[in-house]
Amino acid sequence: MRTLKFLLQKEFRQIFRDPAILRIIFVMPMMQLLFLPMAADYEMKNIKLTVVDHDHSSYSQQLISKITSSGYFKLTDYSSSYNNALHDIEQDKSDLILSIPSRFEKDLVRENEAKIFMAVNAINGVKANLGGAYLGMIIQDFNREVRLKWIQFPKLNPEPTIEVTYSNWFNPLMNYKFFMVPGILVVLITMVGSFLATLNIVKEKEIGTIEQINVTPIKRHHFILGKLIPFWILGLAILTIGLTIARLFYGIIPVGHFYTIYVFAAIYLFSILGLGLLISNYTSNQQQAMLISFFMMMVFILLSGLYTSIDSMPQWAKMITRLNPVTYFVQVMRMVVLKGSGLKDIAPQIFTVLGFGIFLNSWAVFSYHKRS
Amino acid sequence: MQFLSFVKKEFYHITRDKRTMFILLVMPIVQIVIFGFALTNEVKNSSVAVLDQSKDSETSALIEEIDASSYFTVKKQLNSYKEIEPEFKKGNIKMIIVFPQDFAEDLKHFNKAQVQLISDASDPNLANTMNSYATNIIMDYQNRINDGLKLPYRIKTEYRMLYNPQLKGAYNFVPGVMSMVLMLICTMMTAITIVKEKELGTLEVMLVSPVQPLKIVVAKAVPYLLLSIVNISTILLLSVFVLDVPINGSIILLVMEAILFTITTLALGLLISTVTDSQQTAMFISLTGMFLPTVMLSGFMFPIENMPIALQVLSNIVPAKWFYSIVKAVMIKGVGIGSIWKETLILTGMTAFFLLLSIKKFKIRLA
Repeated sequence: MRTLKFLLQKEFRQIFRDPAILRIIFVMPMMQLLFLPMAADYEMKNIKLTVVDHDHSSYSQQLISKITSSGYFKLTDYSSSYNNALHDIEQDKSDLILSIPSRFEKDLVRENEAKIFMAVNAINGVKANLGGAYLGMIIQDFNREVRLKWIQFPKLNPEPTIEVTYSNWFNPLMNYKFFMVPGILVVLITMVGSFLATLNIVKEKEIGTIEQINVTPIKRHHFILGKLIPFWILGLAILTIGLTIARLFYGIIPVGHFYTIYVFAAIYLFSILGLGLLISNYTSNQQQAMLISFFMMMVFILLSGLYTSIDSMPQWAKMITRLNPVTYFVQVMRMVVLKGSGLKDIAPQIFTVLGFGIFLNSWAVFSYHKRS
Repeated sequence: MQFLSFVKKEFYHITRDKRTMFILLVMPIVQIVIFGFALTNEVKNSSVAVLDQSKDSETSALIEEIDASSYFTVKKQLNSYKEIEPEFKKGNIKMIIVFPQDFAEDLKHFNKAQVQLISDASDPNLANTMNSYATNIIMDYQNRINDGLKLPYRIKTEYRMLYNPQLKGAYNFVPGVMSMVLMLICTMMTAITIVKEKELGTLEVMLVSPVQPLKIVVAKAVPYLLLSIVNISTILLLSVFVLDVPINGSIILLVMEAILFTITTLALGLLISTVTDSQQTAMFISLTGMFLPTVMLSGFMFPIENMPIALQVLSNIVPAKWFYSIVKAVMIKGVGIGSIWKETLILTGMTAFFLLLSIKKFKIRLA
């Protein structure tokens, strides 16, 4: 125990005497937590629209003003021809072209049927799909209004209609920040936890100070614990600061209990630090360690369901997400913060991550050799 | 001559560290494959549950319709409202479709029936998208019932999806991943190699030699530039042959732009290395300072036009944003330099700025 105490003292002094590291640990994550959630907003608004109106009739005018007043679209250009409008799309000045043919109003009134043409920039498939669907709904709505003007419908519905009502649970205001902030917090804890631990050990290797420790009677589990505990505490400290920021700036108060979050975070940090230790055992300099941990983090973070839904991934990618500790923490954070899930609901995640932790840490202890 | 031997020295540094080189060359391949296939913000196979209180022919037809679409998979039948909340709390089911009693009866006799969609809106995007997809399926179904009745005054809408008619996610993500990979590898690697020499003290040795400091620094960047060109080619080959993303524009223009972007990121790495003294700091600046902003502000994950004005302005200083729109334009829209000269100019300007600043900041003397 005494040995461990001294080792911990040494580690904490090392960390707190390096102002650069402290700044990195605390300031940078906080800045990101403050800025980035604002960026992560996928709600469709301000879709840029170019209109090619060949008709110039009162109906075409009404339709255009109905579209622009919907709030989803921003009319950026009136174009004289479809080719000019296409040029707008090429230059990214427009996402969607609405082309109204020249006999639109006449056809609608006399022939009972008129056509409208729509071209969508579909490089971003989802955006295109949703944009097209919104515009389609507005046009249908407009169609109904026109029809009502020309024929008096009998009181009872003439056509069978299915009415769809929506209710959005857990986040009725559809605030995207409530979804992103807990997730980004996970990323920050993960990055700080795993990177710093890995680099710390590899740095000792590179500078050669690890030799000094290896020639002392310090047991290897003491050494590893001495490296684990400080970063474990740092990780929890960052979590606390992050939750405070989430509360102060975003008004996010977890629906569930704080202790659920901390219990899970404690276990999670244990396993992610184990991964860090493992990487440091298999690398010999900081550059290698950084590259490997960076590579793993990138895969882990992007395949964690933080930004994109796991359901949409192909089967093999889903397998990776299951072996990824970050996935579970992102899930748990969102479940506890937004839905108020308790320890019982997250039991499967707890046991999985605990399993990862035990596996990675024992591997790390066994693969650490005091001999070179 | 002197310069060449320095470049040679740097090459030895890289090629003799087999592990690092392996990672540098394999990382982009793995990333482009994983992310090209797996990263998509499409909604596919979302798990939904059904609370069908009517259990008639109409509801089962509609449920089948929803299950058959690629957007949803019906995982579960619920029996009461009480089961909804625990189901959401476990976190697997994303949406619940509720049919009230006598659905078919209502539709037949009153011409009006109701469906309720209850979604787990903890992810508002997903909830929104699911709502509109489900509504579309239900409307389609309704229109098919109505097809017998020919309605007057009908507006027909024709759609055309430009550039990406199958709406594949890779069209959007390949250019994004490409800028992300180049940005991170080049920036981080140059920053680290220079700072490493600082840390080990070997930079001092070179600074007291008669070589001009500028040459030392440029020599550091050359091997990474070559390595990036290899990476650019593998990324492009993979996107065309594995991910089926076409190169519609001029390939020479695309490669030139990619090289320009690489130089920008190398210059940025140089700048970081001049203002830091330890590898850890350099790495943290290039990672936490670059990784998240590149992912979030370059526009490939989240549309820039939705962000608050302050962030829209801020996104302009992210080089990846400009490169991303260049790649999209050349590769997928197939336009020429005429449409992207502005972005090219901005990248060139940034490169010059980073280079000048790092030359000014580069200290020959030790503190």
